[in-house]
Amino acid sequence: MSISIKDVEHVANLARLELSDADKEQFAGQLNAILKYAEKLNELHTDEIEPTSHVLPIVNVMRDDAVKPSLTAEKALLNAPEEEDGQFKVPAVLE
Amino acid sequence: MANSKYETVVGLEVHVELHTKSKIFCGCSTSFGAPPNTHTCPVCLGHPGVLPVLNRQAVEYAMKAAMAINCEIAEWCKFDRKNYFYPDSPKAYQISQYDQPIGQNGWIDIEVNGKTKRIGITRLHLEEDAGKLTHIDGGLGSLADFNRVGTPLVEIVSEPDIRSPEEAKAYLEKLRAIMLYCDVSDVKMEEGSMRCDANISIRPFGQEKFGTRAELKNMNSFRGVQRGLEYEELRQADILDGGGQVVQETRRWDENQGKTFSMRSKEEAHDYRYFPDPDLVRLRIDDEWKARVRASIPELPDARQARYISEYGLSSYDAGVLTASMKLANFFEESLKFTTDAKASANWIMGDLLGYLNANNFELEDAKITGQGLGELIQLIEKGTISTKIAKTVFKGIVETGKSPAQIVEEQGLVQISDEGAIVAVVDAVIAANPQSVEDFRGGKDKAIGFLVGQIMKETKGKANPGLVNKLLMERLKG
Amino acid sequence: MSLFDLRLSELHNRLTTKQLSVAELVDASLSRIAETDVKIGAFLTLNEENARKAASELDAELASGGEKGLLFGIPAGIKDNIVTEGLRTTCGSKFLENYDPIYDATVMKKLRAAQSITVGKLNMDEFAMGGSNENSAYHPVRNPWALDRVPGGSSGGSAAAVAARQAYFTLGSDTGGSIRQPAAYCGVVGLKPTYGLVSRFGLVAFASSLDQIGPITKNVEDSAYVLQAIAGHDERDSTSANVDIPDYLSALTGDVKGLKIGVPREYMGKGIDPQVKERVLEALKVFESMGAHWEEISLPHTDYAVATYYLLASSEASSNLARFDGVRYGVRASNPDNLLDMYRRSRSEGFGPEVKRRIMLGTYALSSGYYDAYYKKAQQVRTLIKRDFDQAFEKYDLIIGPTAPTPAFKIGEQVGDPLTMYLNDICTIPVSLAGVPAISIPCGTADGLPVGLQIIGKHFDEATVLRAAHAFESQTGFHNLRPALS
Repeated sequence: MSISIKDVEHVANLARLELSDADKEQFAGQLNAILKYAEKLNELHTDEIEPTSHVLPIVNVMRDDAVKPSLTAEKALLNAPEEEDGQFKVPAVLE
Repeated sequence: MANSKYETVVGLEVHVELHTKSKIFCGCSTSFGAPPNTHTCPVCLGHPGVLPVLNRQAVEYAMKAAMAINCEIAEWCKFDRKNYFYPDSPKAYQISQYDQPIGQNGWIDIEVNGKTKRIGITRLHLEEDAGKLTHIDGGLGSLADFNRVGTPLVEIVSEPDIRSPEEAKAYLEKLRAIMLYCDVSDVKMEEGSMRCDANISIRPFGQEKFGTRAELKNMNSFRGVQRGLEYEELRQADILDGGGQVVQETRRWDENQGKTFSMRSKEEAHDYRYFPDPDLVRLRIDDEWKARVRASIPELPDARQARYISEYGLSSYDAGVLTASMKLANFFEESLKFTTDAKASANWIMGDLLGYLNANNFELEDAKITGQGLGELIQLIEKGTISTKIAKTVFKGIVETGKSPAQIVEEQGLVQISDEGAIVAVVDAVIAANPQSVEDFRGGKDKAIGFLVGQIMKETKGKANPGLVNKLLMERLKG
Repeated sequence: MSLFDLRLSELHNRLTTKQLSVAELVDASLSRIAETDVKIGAFLTLNEENARKAASELDAELASGGEKGLLFGIPAGIKDNIVTEGLRTTCGSKFLENYDPIYDATVMKKLRAAQSITVGKLNMDEFAMGGSNENSAYHPVRNPWALDRVPGGSSGGSAAAVAARQAYFTLGSDTGGSIRQPAAYCGVVGLKPTYGLVSRFGLVAFASSLDQIGPITKNVEDSAYVLQAIAGHDERDSTSANVDIPDYLSALTGDVKGLKIGVPREYMGKGIDPQVKERVLEALKVFESMGAHWEEISLPHTDYAVATYYLLASSEASSNLARFDGVRYGVRASNPDNLLDMYRRSRSEGFGPEVKRRIMLGTYALSSGYYDAYYKKAQQVRTLIKRDFDQAFEKYDLIIGPTAPTPAFKIGEQVGDPLTMYLNDICTIPVSLAGVPAISIPCGTADGLPVGLQIIGKHFDEATVLRAAHAFESQTGFHNLRPALS
């Protein structure tokens, strides 16, 4: 598998990153090198191996359905880049 | 589709908000209507460094709902991240369940035009709700309120077994009834605690392969779902009839215009990059846990309907209406603690009570009558204390004031007159005052009797026992 | 003798016997920072005013007598990816340049409960991505042993601050070696606890299934002290283990007789600096002399660990860092055309190149059609790597090797070659993937630069790791070596 500039653009769009042409070139090269290195994993036969997403055998961690105090709107909005009427303001969703 | 050569195929995706007290992954309240962003905390606002902790009640509500729609419950399940950017999603991923939902392979039965049909349920999974966006400045900006974010939801996906808009509506109504019976949600489409998207396609009758489907969104009522699907099946039929091809796309139902509109944008195809959420651990649902949750499920509408038919001799239709809402069914059963006449109770509910609710646009709880009140009312009729006619007046009093039937009867002096002497006196007086009618009756005009009875009831303000009035009047006229 | 040469227990004794005030401790730390940090660059934010205020309050409390906890009045530096309410937390990123946290991490609540004082927030590779601290969006950190060299990373500020005697102890975070490797480069003690021992609540996530907070200290006893204060189950972290926390101090017996040590040949093979290898072999002789036994073992899947790690960690990071979208906090690009433009520009302006690279890699690895080939495959290989450790720990109490294959390299030397940089973590990454605890302690020098010895233990067996590390440093005194920093 080799990553093209088009792949880089697609992935950048999914990740909401804006890349310059130079960035794209550089990332394509670096990602290809890393993924080529990662191909060594294919030397291992893993069909019957369970994937590990957690190293500890912890299951069923749950809390009781109890309401705890919330923030004030002021604190919730403390770091808001833009706010209006106690809400977070964002630019138009549609183009 | 009436007189069409096409068969409609519909599958529904229904989201139901679970009415836990707190959110699914944090302790913020789920209650509706608070000022914006006052039911938020660092966790549901997606601040850096926060972690989710699962609400046990949300899991048990989801299990309960899944069991009630006959799903198999997973022994192992997990939560996955569904990654996408949108301002109503603070973490830019939604915690959902991808390949190990809580419930799978269920079904519910619906009834349309007197026929029962089984609709398959592919899966039920648990996930978190998003926040609310309000568009402002003529669409130049949006405001985000995160009070709703993190409210637990179940998504229920049906098989493409639905064949008409009526069936879709019946499916939704049945689903709603089941959720209400299970007491896991308010299921109000108008308030958004039940939401429905539909996949709809059409195909020539006899063709096995499904047609190209459209995904329909923004149908905010049962009627909206039905109308949206009706519009869409005609739109697709027009395209096929014109030799065209249906495009696979998402379409928005516009309630005001009564039309669907394409929502296609220049956005790339969705790629949600699901992967197991490393902040949450797996769930293991053992038999003991399943049994405990199963035991909390009450008798569901189908079972109750069958019981009303066999136990009380109600018609399938009547039993169906009564059990469509658990509140109504409970009301009915409460009345039967005070009277043995189930059919009378059913008739009162289906006629007078539902009529009253419809006329006033009320929910059952808005009327002041209780099951006990209705039962006692029927009992008063059975005992002969009041006539059926007077009972209508008493009923009105109960629904409006909540007083007991006995109290209304007493206050308004509505006790039936069953004293022969008292009635004979009135009969005699009416006969004396209406010689012409007496003449007519004796001359063979049976209708005249009705007039005389009416006069007697008028004199007694409707309180005379109608049976006695008839009997005594005939005795006097023939005697 | 400076206050920074004293162990935490000695500082504690002097405080409680009134030979020392909290204000003096705080003052010494702040003065030393003022004096040396122009050269080192370990701190991103100072908490001077609050620290002095807290010191005077604690001194008043001290005067009134009563039992005091071990960390009472001890000033600490905190890595800047640990959220501190009201104290700017940047994660070494421009994106959070003005982020004013609205809550405290669980470890901060614990330190507060222990009455420790925060003197400031420590520099790091942006979002903990890096092994040299050159990825800080603010300024690099310089190694106190050689100012032209890196301090390691990502907890470069945390390690350098201890080595430069700016802080009595610091907290770092370790995802693939980010506590141990800088500790090795800076000649201090860095402990990565078992995954799940210390709450992650309030640690800004890089790779959630690997991240752990741990102490960086001058010696092993201090490490045990700090671990005692921050370890334990947290109901706000679902991945936090509900285990009993032993008394780590009482484990420091100095006795390692009969301990069985495995030394992975994969950690001592190609790529390892000969001098580093020599120091490790010498250390093993010390253990032998104290009655422990060691033999060479194999962790056969070691060679696959770096690739596995970069796929898993980057995938998780791509999702964890998606919340930095400019809606609720952090950078927002000016005058965006629309929402999409705001997302793209805010994130591109806020993130540095290494962060973008990992987000790109992770997004690609999770994207449609590649999940099985990359993410799932890596999770399966992770299982094999974990099994290597499980099997080794059936026979051995500890695994020992180098922390890093080389001593600290020069600033700028490996920039632009991410893969080579990633391979510096070859000895620490497998440990992170297995989730087991490990400590890096000084074991001498190579050409005047510190070398770190890595001691790896079984899940939740920090006690044995600390015992062996403590016995070693008591025997050798390498932890007393200090950089010549004036």
